[in-house]
Amino acid sequence: MFRNQYDTDVTTWSPAGRLFQVEYAMEAVKQGSAAIGLRSKTHVVLACVNKSNSELSSHQKKIFKADDHIGVAIAGLTADGRVLSRYMRSECINYSYSYESPLPVGRLVVQLADKAQVCTQRSWKRPYGVGLLVAGLDESGAHLYYNCPSGNYFEYQAFAIGSRSQAAKTYLERKFENFMSSSREELLKDALFALRETLQGEKFTNSTCTVAVVGVGEAFHILDNQTVQALIDSFEIVGEEVPGNDEGAAVDQGTAADEGAPADQGMAPMDV
Amino acid sequence: MNLIDSTQAKNTLLSSEIAASERTLYPYVTGTSVIGIKYKDGILMAADMGGSYGSTLRYKSVERLKPVGKHSLLGASGEISDFQEILRYLDELILYDNMWDDGNSLGPKEVHNYLTRVMYNRRNKFNPLWNSLVLGGVKNGQKYLGTVSMIGVHFEDNHVATGFGNHLARPILRDEWHENLSFEDGVKLLEKCMLVLLYRDRSAVNKLQIAKITEEGFTSYPPYALKTFWNFSAFQNPTVGAEGSW
Repeated sequence: MFRNQYDTDVTTWSPAGRLFQVEYAMEAVKQGSAAIGLRSKTHVVLACVNKSNSELSSHQKKIFKADDHIGVAIAGLTADGRVLSRYMRSECINYSYSYESPLPVGRLVVQLADKAQVCTQRSWKRPYGVGLLVAGLDESGAHLYYNCPSGNYFEYQAFAIGSRSQAAKTYLERKFENFMSSSREELLKDALFALRETLQGEKFTNSTCTVAVVGVGEAFHILDNQTVQALIDSFEIVGEEVPGNDEGAAVDQGTAADEGAPADQGMAPMDV
Repeated sequence: MNLIDSTQAKNTLLSSEIAASERTLYPYVTGTSVIGIKYKDGILMAADMGGSYGSTLRYKSVERLKPVGKHSLLGASGEISDFQEILRYLDELILYDNMWDDGNSLGPKEVHNYLTRVMYNRRNKFNPLWNSLVLGGVKNGQKYLGTVSMIGVHFEDNHVATGFGNHLARPILRDEWHENLSFEDGVKLLEKCMLVLLYRDRSAVNKLQIAKITEEGFTSYPPYALKTFWNFSAFQNPTVGAEGSW
C-alpha cells in the first residue's frame, strides 16, 4: 500500500471504492503481536504472544475479561484495545444489572462493530487501530468472533491476528475440523501449538505467552504462569533453536528446519 | 427581546416559585388481586376482570393477564392505565429483543428484572407506576414466577399473589400447593382462592380469567363465573342474637 491523494481522511472514498484510512487501521492490527483464538462446542481458548518494550519493562496486557462469560484478546493499538475493553465491561455489567442475566456475546459483538463503524464515517474521528478476538458464551454455546477496525465482525471456529499470524492460521486450518468436539485440554494444546508457530523459533515459555479460557461452567480467566508452564511441559512444546537460514521469505514456513519438534506425538508443525 | 418576555423571566428568577410537582398521588381505575402458581408444565395465573373506579365496580371486562414475548405471562393489579403503559414498555423491549434476530431471547427472569428496575426507578422519582405485578414464565424447561410491587420490592416464589390475595389466598396456597400440580388441580386450587376473594374482597367481581404459560407458549381461557353460596344459616336471620338497631 502506498500513499495516495485519497488517504488523508477516513471520509474520503478512493475512486476504486476504498477507504484507505480504514485499511491503514487494519495494518496497525497486523503490526501488533499475535493473538489467536479457537473454540469447541463448550469452550473457547485465547492465547497471545507477550510483547514488551524492553527487558526492563512489563508485558503489554493483551487479554481482558469483560464478564464471567466473555473475554477479549487484542492486537494493534493497545490503548484503543483498553478503551474498547472498558466499553465491553460497561455494556456487560449494565445488561446484567437490568436483566440479571449475562449479555449474549453475539449482541456485544454487534455493539462493538457498530461502535467501530461510527469511526469510519465521521470526519473528526479515526478508526480504532485494534483487532479484537472476542470469546464468549451465550444460549447457543461457545463462540469466537473477530472484530475489525472496519466495523465488520465474523464468527470463527479458530482465528489468529497480529504479526506472523499466518503461521498460526496455517496450523489451525489443518486442525480446525475437529475443534467442535475437542475437549478443553485438546483446545489448549492446539492453542499453544498454534501460538508456537507465530514465535518462529523464539523461546516458548510461560513468560512469552498468555492463555485464557472460558467455557460452560467455567468463568473466563487467564491461566496463571505455573499452569501455562505445566501445559507447555505436558504437551512437550519445546522451545526451538533459531534456524540457520533467516525468516525473510520463509515466514509462513515457520520452523520447518527444526529438530526439537515432538514429531513422535503426530503433531509435527510444518512441512510434513 | 420583548419586554414582556424579560419580565416573566425576571419573575421566575426572583420569586422562589417551585414548579407544580407532577407525580402519581393515587390510582383511579384499579384491578384487584392476581394469583400465580407454579405447576407441572409451567405457570398458572388467575385474576378477575374487574376495573373499579373507587368503590364503583365500573368495568367488568378488563383483561389483567397478558402474554409477554414467547416465554412470559404478566398479571397486574392496581392502576389499569399504568398496566397498559407497562405493556407498551414491554412491547418495545420484546420488539428490540426480536430485532436482534439471533438465537437469544429475553426469558421471564430477564423481564422480571427489567420490570423491577422500571418500578424502582419510578418510585425513586416519586412518580410510581401504581401496580403490583406478577410475572411468570418457562424457558428451556425452567419455570419462573416472581412479583414486583409499585415500590420495587421484588422476589420469586412457587406461589405469589397481589393485594388481598396476599392475605386471603396465600395461606391456602401455603397449605395446599405442592410441586408438580396437574393442570386440573392447579385450576381447582386457584378457583378455591378466587372464591374466598370473591366473598371477602369488595372490589372482586365474579368473572375470572385463567391463563397459563408453558414451554409451548401462552394460553388464555374464556372468562367464567364461580358458583357462590349465600344460604348460610347466619345470613337467614342476621339480627338473631344481636341487640340494637344494626
